[in-house]
Amino acid sequence: MKITGADIIVECLVEQGVDTVFGYPGGQVIPLYDALYRNRGRIRHILTAHEQGASHAADGYSRSTGKVGVCIATSGPGATNLTTGIATAYMDSIPMVAITGNVPISLLGKDSFQEVDIAGITLSITKHNYIVKRIEDLASIIREAFYIARSGRPGPVLIDVPKNVQEASYEFENVPLKEVAPKVSRLREKDIEAAVQLIKSSKKPMCYVGGGVIRADAADVLNEFLDRIDSPAGSSLMGLGAVPVSSERFTGMIGMHGTRVSNMAINNCDLLIVIGARFSDRVISKGSTFARQARIIQIDVDPAEFNKNINTEIHVVGDVEVVLGRLLKLLPEKISHGEWMTSIKERKARFPMQVAPHAKRAKEILEALDEVLPDDSYVTTEVGQHQMWTAQYLKKIRPRRFLTSGGLGTMGFGTGAAIGAQVSHPDARVVNIAGDGSFRMNSNELATIARYKLPIVIIVMNNHALGMVRQWQDLFYEHRYSETTLDTPLDWVMLAHAYGVEGMDLGPEDDPEEVLKRAFDLKKPVVVNALIPSDDKVFPMVAPGASISDMIGFVDLNPLVD
Amino acid sequence: MENGRKDSFTLAILVNNKSGVLMRVVALFSRRRYNIDSLSVSETENPDISRITIVVHGDRNITEQIILQVEKLVDVRKVYEMTMDGSIQRELVLIKLNADETTRTHIVEIGELFKAKVVDVTPSTITMQITGSLEKLDSFLELVRPYGIVELVRTGMTALERGSRPLSETTFGDEG
Ligand SMILES: Cc1ncc(C[n+]2csc(CCOP(=O)(O)OP(=O)(O)O)c2C)c(N)n1
Repeated sequence: MKITGADIIVECLVEQGVDTVFGYPGGQVIPLYDALYRNRGRIRHILTAHEQGASHAADGYSRSTGKVGVCIATSGPGATNLTTGIATAYMDSIPMVAITGNVPISLLGKDSFQEVDIAGITLSITKHNYIVKRIEDLASIIREAFYIARSGRPGPVLIDVPKNVQEASYEFENVPLKEVAPKVSRLREKDIEAAVQLIKSSKKPMCYVGGGVIRADAADVLNEFLDRIDSPAGSSLMGLGAVPVSSERFTGMIGMHGTRVSNMAINNCDLLIVIGARFSDRVISKGSTFARQARIIQIDVDPAEFNKNINTEIHVVGDVEVVLGRLLKLLPEKISHGEWMTSIKERKARFPMQVAPHAKRAKEILEALDEVLPDDSYVTTEVGQHQMWTAQYLKKIRPRRFLTSGGLGTMGFGTGAAIGAQVSHPDARVVNIAGDGSFRMNSNELATIARYKLPIVIIVMNNHALGMVRQWQDLFYEHRYSETTLDTPLDWVMLAHAYGVEGMDLGPEDDPEEVLKRAFDLKKPVVVNALIPSDDKVFPMVAPGASISDMIGFVDLNPLVD
Repeated sequence: MENGRKDSFTLAILVNNKSGVLMRVVALFSRRRYNIDSLSVSETENPDISRITIVVHGDRNITEQIILQVEKLVDVRKVYEMTMDGSIQRELVLIKLNADETTRTHIVEIGELFKAKVVDVTPSTITMQITGSLEKLDSFLELVRPYGIVELVRTGMTALERGSRPLSETTFGDEG
């Protein structure tokens, strides 16, 4: 049957199992929006306040469901507004398909109204992108785009569809969905065997867990593996949740705002097993001193991560879940590292993260949140101190339920991501932990939250400052607070009310648990303005350029030892 | 030192013959700060496939990184490192040199040593065409430089595997 290009797009989305898309209309996508209108019973379209919000919402949908997130924008400014969200997804390996309209092909390249070369612009922030020049190619391009987004190391793909292609007609037939199998094509038996040998001979193994474990849904097999080889594990920000925070094996984050215990273990172990992690500079800090004493096994689906930032000895290429499963098979017997695990436990007791004079109030609020929050909730964050405190203190962090912008560090991510998570999990609770600076960036999405009556709770950790930058100014720029004070009076409760959203204050004297409980009990969208001091810090910390062994601001309960 | 110059490597990249593919490869090199010494590109025996030959410099580690990153591009079918021993590597140079009655015969003699061809002569210049490996071209250029190079253009290195098997049929990942 012959249908229009716009209808082909919709049919292909349905074929791919897409139930929700996030977007914003405009001149060059009117045909597509017309098709969406006619098919509104099959695909739900969520209208955001800004295309950036749509891109983050598609990202949040993807992170929380494991499916491909889809966002749509018109040409020119619509398309450029998506780019921050696409780059955010790219850096964190999130499968996403972004569809943009463009001017008709005859006008392409002529600086036409609202024409931008979005394929050129997104070249380095997508896994791949397309300009659809012929209606004949449209369906196969969309199918390929979804496949690329999901396969191997996931990532965003952009499809630019000129308006005349949306309007043209062509034959369409459904085809069966191409399954994406876990990638093992380059997995070599001898690498697995070499890894097994190293693991068997190790006395002090340590695991460094990254976001690849979350993407591969490999948390269960990872924890089995940790028990089997009796190893502690630390994680990057992106890997948080893979090992339960409550696990005695878990040493916390590694790196700049990691724990003293994690960083010491990295530089004391004899074998480091890196699982779905990419040695980000925020983790390794001074690379020449990172795990220098250790032999290193690196497991990753993307072989380009080997020897990129740190040289590693054994490279196992493949889907993390498959690889860990194979290792478990070859290591049937439980290995014991009693002494090493005991020393880790002692260090955890000696350098407790729970004692935090530098961030007392934020920690109290997060502890209260832990009490109030149902187990199956979704937590998003913005970027800054509040994000690090959440990563350090919140216990309810679970795979696919903790959504944060790690690689790009995008302020404004959390609100959009919360929309994506709530839309795809209408019965779960979703909370965005924000900073006042970050929330200003995309607070316009309160309009979206109100429009769809999404019962998201937004906790603004309000320090009246761009706290993370201010912290650096305090520590490294002699307290010169250049443009980091946010002292313009802003009534957050009134702002919320203006959008028809509930607002509450959580003052310094209030009981955070009581206020948060009230907020959640409303079962409505609500903004909680949580006042915290301006000069609280994220500690411990590795100063820029220092070794991760040289931390400042940690608590030592037993300083006379050593 | 795989193609005769220190710290430089020759890569053959088979790509889908589509618009924008060269841009993707070059953009990757620039974004990752890999240095391109020379680049040549053309269609192959299969009209669906183009072949890009890139000479890069950097240490072994960087070269491996480049190969792995380039392999990730969707339109890249295969990346292969062309070694000195395993491949034939050639570049074409057109060079216009200052030459009058006194120097012309000397230059032609040098040219003969390198199998260079004289393609144009004027009262004050001589233009020659020479093909060969990087090493050969480097030594030729060194010898004629003193006469004064008026203009020089190089096509960029291109390379083909020795032996009977085409690159498109070799499998990778099994080298060790
Ligand atoms: C879009 C964007 N612009 C700028 C930055 C740089 N930046 C990182 S943290 C930060 C401060 C964030 O302030 P706020 O949201 O109030 O959080 P706080 O650190 O105070 O908790 C800034 C400006 C960024 N990460 N993202």
